[in-house]
Amino acid sequence: MRKGVIDLIRGPVVIGSGVPDIQLGEVVEVGEERLLGEVVEVERERFIVQVYESTSGVKPGEPIYPTGKRLVAELGPGLLSSIFDGLERPLKTLYELSGPFIGRGLRVNALDRHRKWHFRPLVKRGEEVSGGDVIGLVQETSVIEHRVMVPPDLRGRVAEVWEGDFTVEDVVAVIERGERRYELRLMQEWPVRLPRPYREKLPPEVPLITGQRVIDTFFPVAKGGAVCIPGGFGTGKTMTLHKISMRSDADVVIYVGCGERGNEMSELLTEFPRLTDPRTGRPLMERSILIANTSNMPVLAREASVYLGITIAEYYRDQGYNVLMIADSSSRWAEAIREVATRLEEMPVEEGFPAYLPDRLAELYERAGRVVALGRPEREGSATVIAAVSPPGGDFNEPVTVHTLRFVGAMWALDPELAYRRHFPAINWLKSFSQYAAAVEKWWEEKFPGFSKYRRRALRLLTVASEIEAIANIVGEGMLPDDQRLILLASEVLREGYLRQVALEGEDFFCRPEKQYLMLKTMMDFYDKAYMLIRHGVPVDELVALREVYELMRVKEDERGLEAVKEAAARLNEALEKLAEKHGVKLGGSSG
Amino acid sequence: MVEIPPQLLNRWQGKIYRGVREIKGSLMVIDGIEPVGYEEIVRIMSADGVERLGRVLEAGRGFAIVQVLGEEEGLEATNVYVHFTGSTFKIKVSEDVLGRIFNGRYEPIDGLPPILSGEERDVNGSPINPYARVYPHEFIQTGISIIDVMFSLIRGQKLPIFSQSGLPHDAIAAQIARQATIPGEEEEFAIVFGGVGLRSTEAEYFIEEFRRSGALERSVVVLNLASDPPVERLLTPRIALTIAEYLAFDLNMHVLVILIDMTNYCEALREMSTARGEVPGRGGYPGYMYSDLASIYERAGIVKGRSGSITIMPILTMPGGDLRPPIPDTTGYITEGQIILSTELNAKGIYPPVDVLPSLSRLMRSGVGAGKTREDHKAVADQLYDAYARGVKARDLASIVGEVGLSQRMRRYLKFADAFEEKFINQDAYEERSIDESLDLAWEVLSLIPEDELVRIPRSLISKYHPKYRRGASREH
Ligand SMILES: Nc1ncnc2c1ncn2[C@@H]1O[C@H](COP(=O)(O)OP(=O)(O)OP(=O)(O)O)[C@@H](O)[C@H]1O
Ligand SMILES: [Mg+2]
Repeated sequence: MRKGVIDLIRGPVVIGSGVPDIQLGEVVEVGEERLLGEVVEVERERFIVQVYESTSGVKPGEPIYPTGKRLVAELGPGLLSSIFDGLERPLKTLYELSGPFIGRGLRVNALDRHRKWHFRPLVKRGEEVSGGDVIGLVQETSVIEHRVMVPPDLRGRVAEVWEGDFTVEDVVAVIERGERRYELRLMQEWPVRLPRPYREKLPPEVPLITGQRVIDTFFPVAKGGAVCIPGGFGTGKTMTLHKISMRSDADVVIYVGCGERGNEMSELLTEFPRLTDPRTGRPLMERSILIANTSNMPVLAREASVYLGITIAEYYRDQGYNVLMIADSSSRWAEAIREVATRLEEMPVEEGFPAYLPDRLAELYERAGRVVALGRPEREGSATVIAAVSPPGGDFNEPVTVHTLRFVGAMWALDPELAYRRHFPAINWLKSFSQYAAAVEKWWEEKFPGFSKYRRRALRLLTVASEIEAIANIVGEGMLPDDQRLILLASEVLREGYLRQVALEGEDFFCRPEKQYLMLKTMMDFYDKAYMLIRHGVPVDELVALREVYELMRVKEDERGLEAVKEAAARLNEALEKLAEKHGVKLGGSSG
Repeated sequence: MVEIPPQLLNRWQGKIYRGVREIKGSLMVIDGIEPVGYEEIVRIMSADGVERLGRVLEAGRGFAIVQVLGEEEGLEATNVYVHFTGSTFKIKVSEDVLGRIFNGRYEPIDGLPPILSGEERDVNGSPINPYARVYPHEFIQTGISIIDVMFSLIRGQKLPIFSQSGLPHDAIAAQIARQATIPGEEEEFAIVFGGVGLRSTEAEYFIEEFRRSGALERSVVVLNLASDPPVERLLTPRIALTIAEYLAFDLNMHVLVILIDMTNYCEALREMSTARGEVPGRGGYPGYMYSDLASIYERAGIVKGRSGSITIMPILTMPGGDLRPPIPDTTGYITEGQIILSTELNAKGIYPPVDVLPSLSRLMRSGVGAGKTREDHKAVADQLYDAYARGVKARDLASIVGEVGLSQRMRRYLKFADAFEEKFINQDAYEERSIDESLDLAWEVLSLIPEDELVRIPRSLISKYHPKYRRGASREH
């Protein structure tokens, strides 16, 4: 038996020796309490372990037990509806074992070994199968059908396959290849640091609908995209991510709470079983997996938690689902990487971060994507990654934000000024960007012709308005010409009536694409008509005084949804027509 | 082994080493020893007979690096006795801690004997399992209008006060400790007070306050004075929270923990980090300050199966009132909101001088409203915030263009802001207002604004609570 010994303990880093064939990345159990760790460096005589639990009280001379395995995720039915820590230990089981506080050295399986699942084969004896082929189905929750796949590196002929009720460890099929026989189970393992293979990567094309207007309309995320949401404390990262995790149109959502607050995870745990997914009518929990490594839990397990999350995301992607992985906050993950680097006395380059920080970030975001999965039947899936970034002092000019921006396709830049004004989501429309806007344009145009034109014009109007506002702050709004004051009015309509979306429940919690389109169209049409009026000498004050304009700003919350928008639009039109009549102006159809 | 002073042999059970290889600042390298545990507590006696504590920072084969807790002056490598205690820093807790005063090493400083029996607990505690948490949802009435109405404190929350020297955070903390109740519940909060690097006058103020209000019997005071060793500042909040956890989760009490001044804690953390020769992070503070502070603040909360709770109110001073430097910034990233005090309001004589616009209680929405406080609470808070923000903007503008340059409407908001500060925020340090009184007062000042402009409040609530409709009507609600 291989067994090593602890030579030195320095915080979460342990130096050991006595295992000549120890492998980089091998999982070891450290000390009498068998704390879980992973080998991060191998030298001639000794090796270095990062330990995922507190090492308080551990002594040199205590044993180290190598496991011969890499850090793997258990993948199989039963993942959905669970809450795990960063090492894929179900927190519910830990609670049953050690009460409200997490003890040390607890070893529990990720997947329940007793629960039985009904397995329905899709392949027959004698059939040739290879990596990624779906051999059968398990109804994992009422909304997700678990597609049991041949592990990626395997192929052969089906020698046996059974229908029936099985635990995740039972053999459900046997594959033969020459002399060798491989047993397939409902569960498989995959090393978390290794991306899962696919046949082909496809460019993202379809938007992930979040129901947040500022995101879907202006800075969309595509299914398979990677987005970061940076912002100082209290600017609304978590709230935005919570909302997206609840209502976006992903099939499976994996929420990684990484180095953040325990109460925030508890909130999700309370809400997910209670809230239903309007698309399926079932509790959100049935499509969700929570991974919680809160700020008070061992720091290095944070590092593992993000890899665990993305591995599970890839696994459901390979089954053909659109998966969303959320990480709050990637900065805490980066800090865990820094912590190890510091303990290993590696050369820091920027703010203590090691030179390989950008590589780690790149590797993570590279695992997002829309793909054609391996195997038959042919299927497409996607893994979308949205990560919060918590820059110190709210200053985006720091290593994690700067490097993250190199690898993501969109940024939702949170703005403390907007947050102070309680304008949420506090996504700054001048500083944010999305490269996916062009990719998803076709999707929008097909459904809502003219959408992209409205979108571009609205963005331009907001930009121009901010310039005019800067002037207004010096000379006073009253000094501005009427056409500029109209721009300010129209931008207020957009800001208050469109971009601001603070509801935590009710109608405006989620805004459907058709409503987004109709609202945007109504607001831009208003601007066009009002502009015509002003060009013909109607004083802007008469527009500012229109009650219907303010109604338009509030229509988002009207429970009657689309109908209410149509009515508000009609009433506003009527009011504008009246003004036109009064001043003898002829309003044509909406202009371009 | 060389001659060991006999008194040590009695006090220290087990192996005693004499002499160490090297002492560098507060770090001590000891070799020729049997294996010791990481973070194990070490007893150190110098030639002058003073006993200090130390903690193992690095445990190797036959050697250990120990950080001396306490004054390192007077330690000589050749003439020092060292004893490894075999365990991490643990304290004994029992019901007897109530009414007691300890220093940052958990030694009594109230002339009474130490706590010798009870449960032994590691001061670092263990992380609460997120699955075991109960989401905080109960409103705590502090009797302070601005806090209760706009930045409600919720049982199980961690809500800091960001202050500056010269501002009355002590008075506010004492007032909250005195007045905090759950409306409709008999039971009072137990107070655990952790003073970190306090001046002795400040410490005396609090003890006197607790004594006078009768709170001392249900309080525990852990006091690290400015003159005490900085390293003990790192232990003080942990001792306080270990006691709090015992009271809350063993004895099922509701505990309010006040930690003041956490800026001193962070500075001690920086000092220790520098002494260890660690790579400094922003502002010289160590990169792990976030996780370190989180290991303290995340001990707030409510857990399944226990009926007690821990609410933490840390107080910290920010030089210059700037939120961006590492201490307030890191704190804000961990806590569930912040109450910020303003020098400007203080100068106007407003107490408590709460800077409304940047303050926030993130858990408020779960604890207020119909069935909890009053149905109009959320809407009133939103409307107050919005109107006050307009008022402040008007005030800023007036300082440039003069009040005459303001529109009629702007002038009204300006007037509102003044009334809001003087009538609503302002109250006496000994005045306790019920949430009903506070909300009624809020309506009083809101009535300065035309009814049509109260857009954040549903019509039905306006017609029920607006003074215009209640005047003459009967007094009940
Ligand atoms: N979309 C929103 N709608 C309504 N209120 C919001 C929204 N986003 C944020 N808020 C308000 O702002 C507060 C802070 O938001 P949140 O907790 O999401 O900040 P954060 O950026 O995650 O901060 P931290 O970095 O400290 O975790 C919330 O408690 C809530 O009051
Ligand atoms: Mg957050």
